[in-house]
Amino acid sequence: MGRLTYAQAACTALAEAMRADPRVVALGEDVGRGGIFAQYRGLAQEFGPQRVIDTPISEATIMGAAVGMALNGLKPVVEMRVVDFALCSMDEVVNQAAKARYMFGGQGRVPLVARMPNGLWSASAAQHSQSLEAWFAHMPGLVVVTPATPADNYALLHAAIESGDPVIYMEHKELWGSEGEVPVGRRVALGTAELRRTGGDATLVTWSRTVHTALEAAEAAAKRGLAIEVVDLRTIWPWDRDAVLASAAKTGRLLVAHEAVQAGGFGAEVAATVAEELGVPVKRIGAPRIPVGYSKPLEDEARITADRILAALVALCDRPGPGRSAARR
Amino acid sequence: MAATVSNPQRLLALYRTMARIRAFENAAEEASKGGVAAFGAALGTQALVRGPLHLSTGQEAVPAGVCANLDRTDLITSTHRGHGHTIAKGADATAMMCELFGRATGFNGGKGGSMHIADFSVGMLGANGVVAAGIPIAAGAAHAIKLRGAREIVACFFGDGAVNRGPFLEGLNWAQIYHLPVLFVCEDNRYSATTPTEAMTGGEGAAARAHAVGVHGRVVDGNDVEAVDAAAAALIEEVRAGRGPRFLHAVTYRVKGHVSVDPAAYRNPDEVSRAVEEDPLRNAAEKLAALGVGALELERVRAEAEREIAAAVAAAHAAPWPQTASAYGEIQDTGAGRWY
Repeated sequence: MGRLTYAQAACTALAEAMRADPRVVALGEDVGRGGIFAQYRGLAQEFGPQRVIDTPISEATIMGAAVGMALNGLKPVVEMRVVDFALCSMDEVVNQAAKARYMFGGQGRVPLVARMPNGLWSASAAQHSQSLEAWFAHMPGLVVVTPATPADNYALLHAAIESGDPVIYMEHKELWGSEGEVPVGRRVALGTAELRRTGGDATLVTWSRTVHTALEAAEAAAKRGLAIEVVDLRTIWPWDRDAVLASAAKTGRLLVAHEAVQAGGFGAEVAATVAEELGVPVKRIGAPRIPVGYSKPLEDEARITADRILAALVALCDRPGPGRSAARR
Repeated sequence: MAATVSNPQRLLALYRTMARIRAFENAAEEASKGGVAAFGAALGTQALVRGPLHLSTGQEAVPAGVCANLDRTDLITSTHRGHGHTIAKGADATAMMCELFGRATGFNGGKGGSMHIADFSVGMLGANGVVAAGIPIAAGAAHAIKLRGAREIVACFFGDGAVNRGPFLEGLNWAQIYHLPVLFVCEDNRYSATTPTEAMTGGEGAAARAHAVGVHGRVVDGNDVEAVDAAAAALIEEVRAGRGPRFLHAVTYRVKGHVSVDPAAYRNPDEVSRAVEEDPLRNAAEKLAALGVGALELERVRAEAEREIAAAVAAAHAAPWPQTASAYGEIQDTGAGRWY
């Protein structure tokens, strides 16, 4: 297949899934003209308006209708444009999609994929820049996916459509144009992390766009003599506890980095688990608890940069602990 | 409304459905005494039906009249006040009562209770605890029918309070623009919990709002089961003919409180006694008598319904509780488990 953008990778996976299974349909605003990020480009031409369904700006009913479609035999892929707009569909996500199977005692299932692009969108201010993955991870019934690369966006979208559960599928708002090798036919199981870099001094757990920032920070840390292991969770729920615990047991230190507000973020869950299970030093880095401002100096205050991750890594590795660096000193 | 020509056999069948719903509601109300945690009342330990119980007593003509025009493969969505719709669609009263009692043999294995009662095997896609939430779900279920090229329809029941929520506008508009096979049924019992809906609703009300997005229909006396039946029959014929969604506004009255422990003291007693005069079973019984159906025959129908529901209550008493392990089942395939 060669190199594809993040948007093309998703589009390719969706087209393959729609060819393979007539129950798969896509619905949402503007999908008939390829979607506003070109992540549906060409699908309306290939599959027609019956299966690539242009909808009104009715987020609650886009999601609610998708629940009804799923309960009645379809596998809808729902376009929410950005997670910030998906907030208009929270009853349908939380009280309907996530609950229907359980509260009806397993009489129905809701196999739907809700695409809710997540993360800080430059110069787009407070209502287009949120990172809300922790909200959905908190909700029994949901799967939460946060791909960082074109290859994962291809493989994980396939996995999400195949899963049979309601999946909150959170592409990053600023990764659409990023390019990478996409091995067609490759599948990734939901809930499996990817080791992006190996190292023995500290484990850096992250996901989505912050994976790239974390790799930059790890490269800079290497120049200071710190060998950082970078774990890309890829799926927030379920998260790959085994991979994280194995890495943290090896390095003896854990940093979790994410774009979302640090307070109550998913990093807290990862850090608490590692602290409970291993008793090693843990640290988090996330956004301050502020809305994302429009003006660049304000926006930058909310941005998790490689410099900030590097500073957190250095501070973590300076702390005494059972990790290798401490042993070396 | 054109006057309907009474058919004694059909009216008697409708009466039987209403009598079964009434018997179910009365038995459920009795079993909930002393225990529902609502309206400031503490949850008692003795109640057999623990949860909030929203009774449809007095509203039986709406589900009976509409569902008499549905096939088993047709679908319905319902509300927190959904026992009548469930019975009228053909669900087994014993599995329903077991669900209200929280037993393993209930339709939902005890996971749903009254507010989420469902029987997918008869096309009953679930009662919903969120006002208006069934409307988009009904539209989506109908969308799936249309994409399959199938002939079933969806009847979507909701209350008068639902017309003030956004999904009402969105869902009706959706059904209209995609030309979906849905009959929207506004079962107007005049109250949004403790508040008269009329005081909270601008403009001309439910049918006018539906009309504004192109979904046309009829307004009917929701306590006259023949009128509901006739209107539903006509509208459903249009829906089945592929003419898009239709709207039925059936005006009835909530005889009981919002939940079973609500004495509804906020209502004028005269209003309630006038409403009881309009009781749909009484109306139907009078018509049947005029058509020559004897009092004994009606008594036989009521007694049969009461026996059926008494047996359901006895079965629910004796039924096993769910295993606690089932609390972890039917949540999701990926990422299920205890996780702590």
